Amino acid sequence: MPEFDTDSKLAQEYKYGFYTDIEQETIPKGLSEDVVRIISAKKEEPEWMLEWRLKAYRRWLKMSEPRWAYLDYPKIDYQDIHYFSAPKKQEEGQEMDPELLKTFERLGIPMNEREALSGVAMDVVFDSVSVGTTHTELLEKEGIIFCSISEAIQKHPDLVKQYLGTVVPPSDNFFAALNSAVFTDGSFCFIPKGVRCPMELSTYFRINAADTGQFERTLIVCEDDAYCSYLEGCTAPARDNNQLHAAVVEIVALNNAEVKYSTVQNWYAGDENGKGGIYNFVTKRGHCRGHHSKISWTQVEVGAAITWKYPSVVMEGDYSSGEFYSVALTNKKMQADTGTKMIHVGKNTSSTIVSKGISADQSSNNYRGLVQVNPGADNARNHSACDSLLIGRECSANTFPYIESENASAVLAHEATTSSISEEQLFYLRSRGIAEEDAASLVVRGFCKDVFKQLPLEFSVEAIKLLEIKLEGSIG
Amino acid sequence: MADLEIKNLHAQIGDVKILKGVNLEINKGEVHALMGPNGSGKSTLSSVIMGHPDYEVTEGDILFMGESILEMDPEERAKAGVFLCFQYPVAVPGVSISSFLKKAVDARHPEGKAPSGPFLKEMRENMAFLEMDASFANRGLNEGFSGGEKKRMEILQMMMFKPGMVIMDETDSGLDIDALRIVSKGVNKMKNDDMGLLVITHYERILTYIKPDHLHILMEGRVVMSGGPDLVKELEEKGYDWVREQAAATA
Repeated sequence: MPEFDTDSKLAQEYKYGFYTDIEQETIPKGLSEDVVRIISAKKEEPEWMLEWRLKAYRRWLKMSEPRWAYLDYPKIDYQDIHYFSAPKKQEEGQEMDPELLKTFERLGIPMNEREALSGVAMDVVFDSVSVGTTHTELLEKEGIIFCSISEAIQKHPDLVKQYLGTVVPPSDNFFAALNSAVFTDGSFCFIPKGVRCPMELSTYFRINAADTGQFERTLIVCEDDAYCSYLEGCTAPARDNNQLHAAVVEIVALNNAEVKYSTVQNWYAGDENGKGGIYNFVTKRGHCRGHHSKISWTQVEVGAAITWKYPSVVMEGDYSSGEFYSVALTNKKMQADTGTKMIHVGKNTSSTIVSKGISADQSSNNYRGLVQVNPGADNARNHSACDSLLIGRECSANTFPYIESENASAVLAHEATTSSISEEQLFYLRSRGIAEEDAASLVVRGFCKDVFKQLPLEFSVEAIKLLEIKLEGSIG
Repeated sequence: MADLEIKNLHAQIGDVKILKGVNLEINKGEVHALMGPNGSGKSTLSSVIMGHPDYEVTEGDILFMGESILEMDPEERAKAGVFLCFQYPVAVPGVSISSFLKKAVDARHPEGKAPSGPFLKEMRENMAFLEMDASFANRGLNEGFSGGEKKRMEILQMMMFKPGMVIMDETDSGLDIDALRIVSKGVNKMKNDDMGLLVITHYERILTYIKPDHLHILMEGRVVMSGGPDLVKELEEKGYDWVREQAAATA
């Protein structure tokens, strides 16, 4: 591993900013039908998959990048990106490359099953490929499939064909079409009828190679009466140029099924002058297809230079429900335009939105949300609470809530607040012996409590630590 | 030398001069009451002792245990043993009382972390003593509290931190008779030779529960009269006009 100055200020703030020097196989920069074919061939995909990709690619060529978000960034040159980069394959039967193992250890992800976090099954995606999944055998006994999407395409083509692109069709938006054409890896989770997944399923995404885009594709299916909780984490090296991450995540919940999806997003966010950082353009959507199904998104977004992300739930089944809990922290020159869409289709559906935006330094933090009630969605209920906390005087926060109701029986409630950490709060806490920075982080923690309590315990502890590290230096 | 010495203290907020030469000496084990009409500078004095950043000290000094605390941050003053019972305690939504108290107790602990077991035990005992329900510990700090609950919370903190010098800033304002009784019970339990107390108040009512050894009267930013417990009665009968006349006569 090349030296990463661990004493530098950046290293203190972003300890994941190192780069792993490993032999990688990278295809030349640029995007064309040939590149799509190369990716598909590298993954030894069946013909139908290649056709699906090509169709998406042709569609993408006719689309243009959305510019409605409250974000300001230079034009992305899609020909200046590597669309595939992977660590060189080990010989058949060999263990994972020791350099990779070291990398993940350093990231706090033990890949050795004996040391692996008990109660969490991990899939790890390094640049364009999944490099290992833990606890698969244990899960197989329950009939649960948890593997990389590439493996699923080969081993479970019928399931993939049945569900892929049914929640987020390739034509959905510019970035979804791009992802559909060039996605390289991600996770596939299938929980069969009546099974409660006994452990957390988790994917860790790592971008390592330079000038490489990461196009992850994740698909989660819970059949009738099934349940799973899925966690996602992400980091990248600190580099001066921007890198693109364009992901698509699809969730399907059938009758009485429940999926909890939690994200701690900590992509490299660029330096204090706004140089470098990940452009994070993500389409995440869940489909409550069955009655009484439930999909819940919890996200803690603390990284990325640009975030464009609206995890959504389409509640088609009667009595289904959607939830969105979000903490989005921006500091330095970061920009986030994030929120959710709750689409009420079935009868007696309900949704909850809790969004906590924290902005510090010169960052810009925007909540954008849509609550849509279709004509047939009798008795839809929504409760939205969007709070913004400002730290300092140079940052900004905006809330853009959209409500489209076509059914008079809907009951929709929206609350929004904007506040700053007040001098009086800080003085009160300091007068109790608590140092100024600790006092400020206590206020921030309290502000985020409603979201943090949704996270699995280890994740919530991790998330609190992350916020504290991020806010150091932004207070006072 | 007294444990808390306020010497010729002048303080202002913006250009408005509020304290104009306050002198006051309080020892541990003593109870002092400070009374005065509205706008005389009582609350300012308590804020300045605690180090509120909005106030500027232009002259004089505050010594605690022989050391000037003027250059110390509020958190350092707190750790040195100064405690202010706020007149208007501030809400910190989402921060539970137990986690807040733990953080503050940890800050005072020589190793930076107090053991959880004894801490929780002590917190529960003190809460029971103050007739607070155990479930209170999980509520957000001062979040949606009634006036009486906020003041009990202040006393709970005092009991947990065991300060050497306590300033109570109109703790009795807005309290009903039951809450006042409970608050006083807490203060009286804490009263010992290791703690000095400055009770700032508008009403002599609290002084029938917490008996002062000394009474000072603050007017226009100065202590204009000091006396023993009998002065409380005299003040009640004769009013501040009498104090003004006396002050003018001696000036």
